[in-house]
Amino acid sequence: MQTPILKINGFAKHFTLHEQGKQIPSSHNVNLEVYAGELTALIGPTGAGKSSVLKGIYRTYLPSAGEILYCDRHGELVDLAQVDEYRMLQLRHEEIGFVTQFLFCLPRQSTLDVVAHPLVVRGESRESGRNKAAEMLAALNLPERLWSISPATFSGGEKQRVNLARGLVAKPRLLLLDEPTASLDPVTAERVIGIIEGIKQEGVAMLAIFHHPELTQRLGDRVVELTPPSAFLKTQAINQQEKVYA
Amino acid sequence: MRKILEVRHLSKIYGKGCPRCIESTGPEADTNICPHCGSVVAIHDVSFDLHEGEILGLMGESGSGKSTVVKNLYFDQTPTSGSARFIEGDATHEMFNLNAAQQRRLRNQRFGMVYQNPHLGLNFGISSGGNIAERLLMSDVSHYGEIRKRAKELLSRTEVLLSRMDESPAAFSGGMQQRVQIAKALATNPPLLYLDEVTTGLDLSVQARILDLILEIQQERNTAMIVVTHDLGVIRLLTGRALVMKYGRVIESGLTDQILEDPQHAYTQRLVASAL
Repeated sequence: MQTPILKINGFAKHFTLHEQGKQIPSSHNVNLEVYAGELTALIGPTGAGKSSVLKGIYRTYLPSAGEILYCDRHGELVDLAQVDEYRMLQLRHEEIGFVTQFLFCLPRQSTLDVVAHPLVVRGESRESGRNKAAEMLAALNLPERLWSISPATFSGGEKQRVNLARGLVAKPRLLLLDEPTASLDPVTAERVIGIIEGIKQEGVAMLAIFHHPELTQRLGDRVVELTPPSAFLKTQAINQQEKVYA
Repeated sequence: MRKILEVRHLSKIYGKGCPRCIESTGPEADTNICPHCGSVVAIHDVSFDLHEGEILGLMGESGSGKSTVVKNLYFDQTPTSGSARFIEGDATHEMFNLNAAQQRRLRNQRFGMVYQNPHLGLNFGISSGGNIAERLLMSDVSHYGEIRKRAKELLSRTEVLLSRMDESPAAFSGGMQQRVQIAKALATNPPLLYLDEVTTGLDLSVQARILDLILEIQQERNTAMIVVTHDLGVIRLLTGRALVMKYGRVIESGLTDQILEDPQHAYTQRLVASAL
């Protein structure tokens, strides 16, 4: 039997707000597996902590509990919840991609360079990176006249395509997708679905948040449903002397 | 990537110090001045690693000790205790055990420093080109034509008008002075660069261009950098990892996006909430 690229056991995330003396639960008891060449769909109502799972894997959030076992390209098992920060940065550069719903970019960097960036970081030449970026942007239907300007002023759908292009062009081993088609028109969404199917064929493992059952059905090889934290857990007063992460 | 710097338990106390200095200062004590002997615990027990081509941020408010860390690592000051190893190829230098000549060699050839105040980094008594020549001379380049050529290359790389390279930096704007400082710091192509509040006090458009320049240089030369700043925007833009300091102690460390989006310490939460 195939071993998963990613296996999460008992993941939880809550936020401790010291100023308000509150603890806000987000994800709780999440268990899932992601395999090479497959897509695991993460579904559930708003507030169930789906994005927190993705951010926990990428370590934009520090997980509160559980293990996130990632099998790297050398076959070594790494717990992303514990791994040191420098190793995590390397994994982000080389193996794990994240397409978020928001795009953070410089207002002074062209779209082509924004998309080519993950390739350049890996040591590819700027020229070759830009060529691949152009191919991906064309495949995603982003008009060529926009390529040389910064995405900072783009519309929501345009930004999302830039974000997708950047995540897809790098062909990571594990790709995290947060509602990849949320602000796209049906024609463009269809193209994105085609590309996702394509990179799945190439062996990329994906974990994606979907809101449309139809997408889940078409693309998901596995489905994991999250439930919101129960009401009595919603906000708990906490001891001000919470232990500090150092 | 290889590790190039390993800092362990670095401490710097101004004053004679007493056995109760450490327990009586820090974030919990809400001061860095020892109430028993009046010594200032500028930094205590700072440890971190830095890898080739990596940019590490040191953030915190004024007086948190962030500049003291780089001043010690650039030999501007001598630490009270702790160690730092600079690793270069097969050679490992125990930085604080080296003699003065060896420390000078590292400082002149392997490290670069850009200060917030250009007066600290530049000699205003000589021309801008001369400032760069000075550093090249200290690293054993002595052919006049070669020095002139390198100075021109560096100044044009940092976008300083070559027609003004024979003027003193005193005649330059603040942004231009920082560019000359950066050119000077880069003259020996050092693998490690310290940037101490380099954009503080400059107007926004100048800040942006200097930050872009720093990023380009990092990509071209794979220079490792330690960036000291209180500006969260600079931290977000430049660094991959960051340390948060308060009253001389590191209170939190992590990936930069994690510190900004999911800060753990009460102080960092306040800091992030007040800036964004």
